[in-house]
Amino acid sequence: MTSLVPKEQSSEIKNDLSKEEHEDFRLFGLIAFLIADGMTFAGFFAAYLTFKAVNPIGPDAIYELELPLPTLNTVLLLVSSFTFHRAGKFLEKNEATQCQKWLLITGALGVAFLISQMFEYFTLPFGLTDNLFASTFYALTGFHGLHVTLGSIMIMIIWWQTRVPQGRVNKENKFPFEAVELYWHFVDGIWVVLFIILYLL
Amino acid sequence: MTISLKPSNTPPEKLQPTGWLRYLSFSLDHKVIGLQYLVCGFLFYLIGGSLAGAIRIELISPLSDFMPREVYNQVLTLHGTIMIFLWIVPVVNGAFGNYLIPFYVGARDMAFPRLNAVAFWLIPPSGLMLITSYFINGAAQSGWTAYPPLSITTPAAGQIIWILSVLLLGGSSIFGGINFIATILKLRRPGLKLMQLPMYCWAMLGTSILVVLSTPVLAGTLILLSFDIVAHTGFFNPSLGGNVIVYQHLFWFYSHPAVYIMVLPAFGLVSEILPIHSRKPLFGYTTMVFSIMGIVVLGLVVWAHHMFTSGTPPWMRLFFTIATAFIAVPTGIKFFNWVATLWGGKISLNSAMLFSCGFIINFVLGGITGVALAQVPFDVHVHDTYFVVAHFHYIVYGGSVFVIFSSIYHWFPKFTGKMLNENLGRFHFIITFIGFNLCFAPQHWLGLNGMPRRVAEYDPQFQLINQISSLGALLMALSTLPFLWNVVRSILYGDNAGDNPWNALTPEWLTSSPPPVENWVGEAPLVLEPYGYGRRDSNESQEQKK
Repeated sequence: MTSLVPKEQSSEIKNDLSKEEHEDFRLFGLIAFLIADGMTFAGFFAAYLTFKAVNPIGPDAIYELELPLPTLNTVLLLVSSFTFHRAGKFLEKNEATQCQKWLLITGALGVAFLISQMFEYFTLPFGLTDNLFASTFYALTGFHGLHVTLGSIMIMIIWWQTRVPQGRVNKENKFPFEAVELYWHFVDGIWVVLFIILYLL
Repeated sequence: MTISLKPSNTPPEKLQPTGWLRYLSFSLDHKVIGLQYLVCGFLFYLIGGSLAGAIRIELISPLSDFMPREVYNQVLTLHGTIMIFLWIVPVVNGAFGNYLIPFYVGARDMAFPRLNAVAFWLIPPSGLMLITSYFINGAAQSGWTAYPPLSITTPAAGQIIWILSVLLLGGSSIFGGINFIATILKLRRPGLKLMQLPMYCWAMLGTSILVVLSTPVLAGTLILLSFDIVAHTGFFNPSLGGNVIVYQHLFWFYSHPAVYIMVLPAFGLVSEILPIHSRKPLFGYTTMVFSIMGIVVLGLVVWAHHMFTSGTPPWMRLFFTIATAFIAVPTGIKFFNWVATLWGGKISLNSAMLFSCGFIINFVLGGITGVALAQVPFDVHVHDTYFVVAHFHYIVYGGSVFVIFSSIYHWFPKFTGKMLNENLGRFHFIITFIGFNLCFAPQHWLGLNGMPRRVAEYDPQFQLINQISSLGALLMALSTLPFLWNVVRSILYGDNAGDNPWNALTPEWLTSSPPPVENWVGEAPLVLEPYGYGRRDSNESQEQKK
């Protein structure tokens, strides 16, 4: 097995370390950002639940959701969280090819989720401006879908950067990997809440 | 894993341009970014102040004869938005926070310098966008609250530009908040405990928690509002089955904490200035910390007191009245701590101290009317009248803006190495204080007698009081002139300040003025007692604690 760090790069890292050091708090900053992002979703959820409690749905308003497709979506995202974690295990063990394989599966699951979501949009009997619940449904799932899209793009970037030997993400520099993984778990967690609130309640 | 503070072994001076170019370029130095925030904010303050002048000229006479009513609506919307989002929030948080927090925690820069620069450079474009919307198709007309259905029915272009601009400013605010939290919690010099930090750090920590928790909710709400305007959805449009009250709840979930985002940093700055100029330790450090955190927690659960006339159910009125009244407790603790800090001190009544004392007086008046407004029976009568206008101007102008001026007088020697002229400064304070009270104190009377806010025309019986108020506004406008002259004159010909003109103990004064690029030439000093004034054994006790 070859080392993931090219020689000239590892010597650069050593030169960089001056006498003053601090711990790496980039993940801390990301967590703070994800809390903020979560609050945006919390605002949307609060709005949706209030609409549901206060605003009566009109007699001729169409607002019906099918369960099978979103359940499949939930499974896709939950499995993708697991595969991402698996890729991280292989990154720890310096096994780049295995890591890349599992990352590719994760990204594919993300894209599959998006395709499935688009399919649901096209088959639903209501449009964006039909009624209040339809609008809220599209706003919530759309905002989440935007997060999945960004996440999938970032997974692909990470996948490209874990290649050996040119890639910049490896056991020594795994912050980008950890950041995307944290973000992806966050997006999955939001989906679970969204699934419960929108489809099950 | 550890990462290094310095990007490379090149001397830091070579990393960025010097002179004026330094302040106009994309610098990553926290001091440069802080001053960029300050100057940029002050330019917007001049614009927002001119708009306020236009409002007061219009209100000299009962008829709308100075400008058309639509223009009046645009002017008051721009005035509110500019003053809140482009002057007070960026300056009390961004300017002084960026300049002082790394010094206070003993760091060489903020935790994420690049994010810091991004946060600043979002502000000028969004501010310019907001102002130019006036010349394109008319600016937003629905006030800084942008309540639907008004914001949906007024011309769409101005409202959409307003939404985009506020979204960008909110993003800037969130990035700044994340940066402050990371800097204060993670970048402290080894050996410095949280309870040894200067009070401004605690104020900024509390403010940043509020920013991170509440600003995204506003962003989400404004995105939904923009859908209502552009895509004709019906989230907040009653004619399409929507619910305007939901907008008000979500809006005030941000915008009530926004009051604390504007005023908590000001509390922190005053807590730095008072001990230095009265040569006494800050009274009740621990109670100050807990009252800041109390305000943060309570500040998140009082928003519906802005909505007592929006058909809120009785249980909600009861809860929010009580929660709001509770906020007076931590705020009162802070007020009495400041007075106790002054008590028996060796007070020097220089400009910084005068503005801080002016803040204490104004803030108590604004706080008392705030407690009064929290009571539902009273609030229902004065809601949306000039009483509310008077109340919040006592908080944000008499509170935050007085502190901003106080802080400029206090830290100008550190920023530039030159002293400001004291006589001009005292003159500035006297006209500002008289003008401010002359402008806003009569508005309590107007509101109690039922003059509604945000309307260009009013009942002729209010004319005399409005003219007195406008005279006060004229004095406030004039008071800016000695200040500007003072700054220009002092930068050019001012006396040299030396490193520590106030004999202060806080860390930013323990380096040269203006400080070098990475704050200290050698190691950062370990300041365990930032308020150890007037104690004979203060140096010894510091030695023992080491």
